[in-house]
Amino acid sequence: MEAHGPLSDEGLVQMLTPAGERVEDERFSSFAAHLDADDLRAMWRDMVLVRAFDTEATSLQRQGQLGLWVPCLGQEAAQIGSGHALRPSDYVFPSYREHGVAFTRGVDLPEILRLFRGLQHGAWDPAAHGFHLYTLVIGAHSLHATGYAMAMDRDGLVATGDADRDGAVICYFGDGATSQGDVNESFTFASVNRAPIVFFVQNNQFAISEPTTCQSTVPIAQRGDGFGIPSVRVDGNDVIASYAVSQWALRRARAGEGPVLVEAFTYRMGAHTTSDDPTRYRTKADEQYWAERDPIARLEAHLVSLGELSDDFADGVRAEAKELGRRTRETVRSWGKPPLAEMFQHVYAEPHATVEAERAWFERYEASFADAEARA
Amino acid sequence: MTATTMTLAGAINRGLRAAMERDPKVLLMGEDVGQLGGVFRVTDGLWKDFGPDRVMDTPLAESGIVGTAIGMAMRGYRPVVEIQFDGFIFPAYDQITTQLAKMHYRSRGLINLPVVIRVPFAGGIGAVEHHSESPEALFAHTAGLRLITPATPQDAFDGIQQAIASPDPVLFFEPKARYWDKGEVDDARVAAQLEGEHGAAGATAEMARARVAREGADVTLVAYGPTVRLALQSAEVAAAEGVSVEVVDLRSISPLDSATVVRSAKRTGRVVIVHEAPTSFGPGAELSARVTEQAFFHLHAPVLRVGGFHAPYPGSKLEHDYLPNLDRVLEAVDRVMTH
Repeated sequence: MEAHGPLSDEGLVQMLTPAGERVEDERFSSFAAHLDADDLRAMWRDMVLVRAFDTEATSLQRQGQLGLWVPCLGQEAAQIGSGHALRPSDYVFPSYREHGVAFTRGVDLPEILRLFRGLQHGAWDPAAHGFHLYTLVIGAHSLHATGYAMAMDRDGLVATGDADRDGAVICYFGDGATSQGDVNESFTFASVNRAPIVFFVQNNQFAISEPTTCQSTVPIAQRGDGFGIPSVRVDGNDVIASYAVSQWALRRARAGEGPVLVEAFTYRMGAHTTSDDPTRYRTKADEQYWAERDPIARLEAHLVSLGELSDDFADGVRAEAKELGRRTRETVRSWGKPPLAEMFQHVYAEPHATVEAERAWFERYEASFADAEARA
Repeated sequence: MTATTMTLAGAINRGLRAAMERDPKVLLMGEDVGQLGGVFRVTDGLWKDFGPDRVMDTPLAESGIVGTAIGMAMRGYRPVVEIQFDGFIFPAYDQITTQLAKMHYRSRGLINLPVVIRVPFAGGIGAVEHHSESPEALFAHTAGLRLITPATPQDAFDGIQQAIASPDPVLFFEPKARYWDKGEVDDARVAAQLEGEHGAAGATAEMARARVAREGADVTLVAYGPTVRLALQSAEVAAAEGVSVEVVDLRSISPLDSATVVRSAKRTGRVVIVHEAPTSFGPGAELSARVTEQAFFHLHAPVLRVGGFHAPYPGSKLEHDYLPNLDRVLEAVDRVMTH
């Protein structure tokens, strides 16, 4: 760990030490004060399930069932913590690694794999979950999120005077994305429009192979300053702190106080994707250092120390995780090739002559084989 | 019917106003579109009448403008974005081609993005670099986008309203050198269409149709946007020389109404396409391929193209040599007539 800069623990909000000991944060503890043992167990359960799914998806890729997988291994606390701070009235713009957040929004996890099996580019109804589709062009969705937040404001869904009705947007991206023009433009648009949006950066220390020092010489959170966006650095492997800081940020945004930048400092324990080879650019010692800061183990140690993780409960969750893995395998293996006609569907909302002409040609072409087979 | 004489720029302004009055979800966004009324004054007066919430002066960031328009469209708004000049659309190129064009497909039809991007385009106004370009082929090449371009005040008035009503993203290319051309506008036609039985679907279909701007028998001369006037002038001169030229105004580049051109080509047997965009990989190349595929045995001559060169748009002292002009169009007409 560096002493200063983008890879340091400078200014990190922490409420749970790596050993699982609860510590107070003067500014943010109050935002997590209402969490009871049930809430913490629910977060632990979610993290365990998401990791089981994630691990299963990696195996499925290795077995040739998926073209690619993007693990979120190690980032569960940042995702589940912020996800638990969300309400149905909020709207989420993920990048493509937010499987944990997807889970908190009610997306059935195996459905995500439709993308990675190459069946389609979007696999859930965004409006039904308040969870937009994954965006693969780095940072492009930050502008959609900002525009969406501006529209929520126009629609009178922010600062209504009824804190339970207010909504906000949360937009997830990584440390690499903060170098993109679109992300910087979204900071500008959000700031001058006082848009109800939380930019949630998971600084997982890598953009594929490039360390965060390739993107910035200062902690990512400091980037908010020049845009007039208040920002906070939080220990992203601490689910309680991630929750508390997200609560603070979301409440501000929902109350019409404008955008916030949250940097959750975490570590991508897995590869960038299943096509990546982290042994080329990082050390075993580094991986070991972060394995000792595993977000799930940390909350587990805390619950155990409180005497709040019974064997019955833990075994129940582990059985649930195993079942999710089994269901994921079976679901993925049951999917066949999509109908050819899907290529031409939903290119436009209204018919377009070029698409219609090519579709008609392709149907005749396909039918010609059927005719030939019938004659044979 | 009320026919009023107005300029092409004025017709777009009137069309925007009508669309904003018809639908409170219609918003204008762009650089200087508010108080200033746009650098070409196309949005003149709208900020005053509809207020800054509906006529939004945005930060100076094209990608940001299109990207936030996408987010607003996701919540049911119909943003009409102005890109100040053709050559400044490229910072937004990613948002337009990877996001705006593909969101409907990516969401399997769950998300419509009725965003209109207005682009003053093409040359001939003595401007500096990046202010005279014709990048329409780049967008016509991308599935998911529509692209129309008016040549007359009537089509400008109708087209902007059809584009706004369409559930698909539409690039609306405005021939800036023709902004001050005047013509008659019947303001009832598009209103009847939009309020009629087929509504937005009908308007979307209507704006995709080419128009025969002048009938003729010997040569089909195809143009759109900035070159339609040139094509009509060429037809006039050719007529004096005994050649009967039919002029087709495409109006839409995506989709391309090649059926209208093919019908004409089958009668005349000769086709010349004229546009300001570079001919290499330009809209004329696509149209030429379609005519050749669909009317091959009716053709007396190869399909010819007259357009910009495969060189960056030159300094304005050279632009009238770079752009297609009367002599170059007539030279091409002569060449097809030798067959």
